[in-house]
Amino acid sequence: MEEETHTDAKIRAENGTGSSPRGPGCSLRHFACEQNLLSRPDGSASFLQGDTSVLAGVYGPAEVKVSKEIFNKATLEVILRPKIGLPGVAEKSRERLIRNTCEAVVLGTLHPRTSITVVLQVVSDAGSLLACCLNAACMALVDAGVPMRALFCGVACALDSDGTLVLDPTSKQEKEARAVLTFALDSVERKLLMSSTKGLYSDTELQQCLAAAQAASQHVFRFYRESLQRRYSKS
Amino acid sequence: MAAGFKTVEPLEYYRRFLKENCRPDGRELGEFRTTTVNIGSISTADGSALVKLGNTTVICGVKAEFAAPSTDAPDKGYVVPNVDLPPLCSSRFRSGPPGEEAQVASQFIADVIENSQIIQKEDLCISPGKLVWVLYCDLICLDYDGNILDACTFALLAALKNVQLPEVTINEETALAEVNLKKKSYLNIRTHPVATSFAVFDDTLLIVDPTGEEEHLATGTLTIVMDEEGKLCCLHKPETGTSFSFF
Repeated sequence: MEEETHTDAKIRAENGTGSSPRGPGCSLRHFACEQNLLSRPDGSASFLQGDTSVLAGVYGPAEVKVSKEIFNKATLEVILRPKIGLPGVAEKSRERLIRNTCEAVVLGTLHPRTSITVVLQVVSDAGSLLACCLNAACMALVDAGVPMRALFCGVACALDSDGTLVLDPTSKQEKEARAVLTFALDSVERKLLMSSTKGLYSDTELQQCLAAAQAASQHVFRFYRESLQRRYSKS
Repeated sequence: MAAGFKTVEPLEYYRRFLKENCRPDGRELGEFRTTTVNIGSISTADGSALVKLGNTTVICGVKAEFAAPSTDAPDKGYVVPNVDLPPLCSSRFRSGPPGEEAQVASQFIADVIENSQIIQKEDLCISPGKLVWVLYCDLICLDYDGNILDACTFALLAALKNVQLPEVTINEETALAEVNLKKKSYLNIRTHPVATSFAVFDDTLLIVDPTGEEEHLATGTLTIVMDEEGKLCCLHKPETGTSFSFF
């Protein structure tokens, strides 16, 4: 019964205000998601944000090594492979961030003494990479059917030298920015699950960025919902 | 009897203390452990510092060497941090290549140096395009009792303030560098970033400077690095059993 269960769910999210240059405020780049594209992993997803693309695969719940097993919950592992070269310390740090975000939402206690592995491959990097990785990981976990208490999404924002906020920055905008902040938000109450920042900023700017990210996450969650509805609907 | 209860139900034991707004070691929720700093203890290093935050001990040694700058930044030196968590400091670490925690801590320190601009990389330039200083900062944890990131940031800052670089001139005839060990000068430290770590308990309580046990029992941790002007250099919220709202 190995039929082609290749359900493409290519949805275009509504664009912000037209193409580049994006104005300050809340326009995210155009994004797309495709699920169930790999045959080996239990779940897989490819998430595109503008030109940034990440492919995620999830294996689990599966057998775990005795040294790594936790008696009352699932052991979550994240492997992030960069586009070029061998994974380094920066990848390890990002893996830790993604893993902790996933651990906060995955109901690990339903599958004790098992392992859930999320493998992320960077296909192209054009800014907001960590946010794209988080989105791809979430979609892949949903595709694998791993029980979760909420969905999560990643939103990146950049602050340039005069304090203007740009959501979902491109790599050029990230390079020129004074600070780049990435947040992971959950779908139930838009609470902050993880944050990772680069650069100097004041605490009022932090609050502004967080508020903008929470507003933007509405779009991302709506996109997830539409994408999944399209995939599972009969028509 | 209290010791028995602590072994069987560590979280409940802890909650009893938190209800009274204090912790088992007698500290308040917002109180830091006694901090001791010892500067310049390693004579063979160009700069060193030993920091003790309660029981957590981190030593930082800085060695300066020559290097050729990269072609896209010919007037910038390098600062290379490395955090080592040897089996000496805690039974949870094994000998061998650096584990995940050490790599994450190294990346964190590298981010703090980069974001807070603690040293202007141009200050480390000797001769643009030919010779620059590279500062290898090795942070070794001697005793792990929680809050390693704060201790490392502090040790790094103290050691960098202690670094003395000799004067270097390039001899035009031989094109070799001449080091004058008698004339040494301190580094120009532009900002003083300070890291503060918090542990989150049951989504509601925030305690400062968690010990090893507290980190293990907490539902999440959060580290904020600020400089003197009150600007945040880093907001590191990696671990969380659950989420919390900011406002």
